Amino acid sequence: MKHLLSIADLNKSEAISILDTATELARVGDGAVKKLPTLRGRTIVNLFAEDSTRTRISFEAAAKRLSADVINFSAKGSSVSKGESLKDTAMTLQAMGADAVVIRHSASGAAQRLADSQWMSGSVINAGDGTHEHPSQALLDAFTIRKHLGMGASDLAGLNVAIVGDILHSRVARSNVLLLAMLGAKVTLVAPPTLLPVGIQNWPATVSYDFDSVIPHVDVVMMLRVQQERMSDLFFPNAREYSRYFGLNGERMASMKSGAIVMHPGPMNRGLEISAEVADSARSVITEQVTNGVSVRMAILYVLLAGGALEVGSN
Amino acid sequence: MSLALSAQDITRALTRISHEILEKNQGSANIVLLGIPTRGAHLATRISSIITSIEGSEPPTGTLDITLFRDDLRMRPPRAIMPTKIPTSGIEGKDVILVDDVLFSGRTIRAALDALGEIGRPRTVQLAALVDRGHRELPIKADFIGKNLPTSKNQSVRVLLSEIDGRDEVTIEEGAEL
Repeated sequence: MKHLLSIADLNKSEAISILDTATELARVGDGAVKKLPTLRGRTIVNLFAEDSTRTRISFEAAAKRLSADVINFSAKGSSVSKGESLKDTAMTLQAMGADAVVIRHSASGAAQRLADSQWMSGSVINAGDGTHEHPSQALLDAFTIRKHLGMGASDLAGLNVAIVGDILHSRVARSNVLLLAMLGAKVTLVAPPTLLPVGIQNWPATVSYDFDSVIPHVDVVMMLRVQQERMSDLFFPNAREYSRYFGLNGERMASMKSGAIVMHPGPMNRGLEISAEVADSARSVITEQVTNGVSVRMAILYVLLAGGALEVGSN
Repeated sequence: MSLALSAQDITRALTRISHEILEKNQGSANIVLLGIPTRGAHLATRISSIITSIEGSEPPTGTLDITLFRDDLRMRPPRAIMPTKIPTSGIEGKDVILVDDVLFSGRTIRAALDALGEIGRPRTVQLAALVDRGHRELPIKADFIGKNLPTSKNQSVRVLLSEIDGRDEVTIEEGAEL
């Protein structure tokens, strides 16, 4: 495996091996050892053409714990804001000898374009491209679910997961549906019809418009951010109505199964899709998702970069 | 393929190694056994139980995965990371006995020393290996050896242990190490 562009590129055993690797690497983070020499001398570029807090910091922390050199590159304050193309930016990175590029871009398929081009020879890791995919987020979500509810199993067979909210604009939802279904979980998407993409019937998930009927049956409620910055039209009458039908508040949380958890990829719109009471409750694993993100991204960097030129199988 | 050690030979070798460890360290009071996964970890567990039967108390025993410290990561496809379990008593000021199945180039042990250095500062680090097949590439030697097996570089040594392979056996096979 050279690139991580989409969950669709992974098979089940590859996904599980990333989660298992992350489990071992998480122990490293817990213990006295915070730093490993594994990627010493490798250069990883964080190319963020769209704003990000968690993902960029998480990849940076992951790379540094594996002793790689990290160059942060954001559109603001670079030549991208002067109109430099992705191609010229990539060729610049190649000239500097980047071994991997972690790319976030507002255009769906930007990571794929970078990987397919001959502009640079390193690995490409998709850290979110438009409304397409965000594979590292899905992996860390699956890791978090497995840790809480997996009961020692390697996959997520038999678990029920509800993904609630702005599915239409959510790359997190796309990656999560693919990965969770691959790992054996049953996924229910809950959203108003206006926030569901065309072709949803072909996704490996069921669809519901009624949050209250779904919530007592699921083990995981994954709330999505309402992405107002991507909304040019009116998708729901007003925030209060959205919040009443599709927001997770204390009252709805009370009808959840015992042991069920609440997740959110962040950043949260407190008071819109999730109430502060829920976000700060004992069921919420939202900050733990951030912690797990570092371990999972270490695992991704390890799997993509630690190996040499030889492909698996020639050993 | 030729048989180098039978199941009985392995048991005898481990028993002798256990006694030698106790002799050299004047008992088991300060020792920590760390096996290098996969087979070294099983050997460490066996040595630990032999020492327990001799001394009456069980020495702290754990595993130390060295994958992330290897110097040949770039030359091979990525390997799975195995568990590292350091006993709660830690290794600070202890006599750490590293346990591995085959001592060959010495690079695994170099990586293990690096990994240990990240965890703490043992008083001493000693090395026990079931088989020493020679061909060292680094200035490393074992303190406790089950059997010295003269081999050529075109042969490979295969260690089977009942815990994972169903039977105990060490064989020498033609064909270089993969």
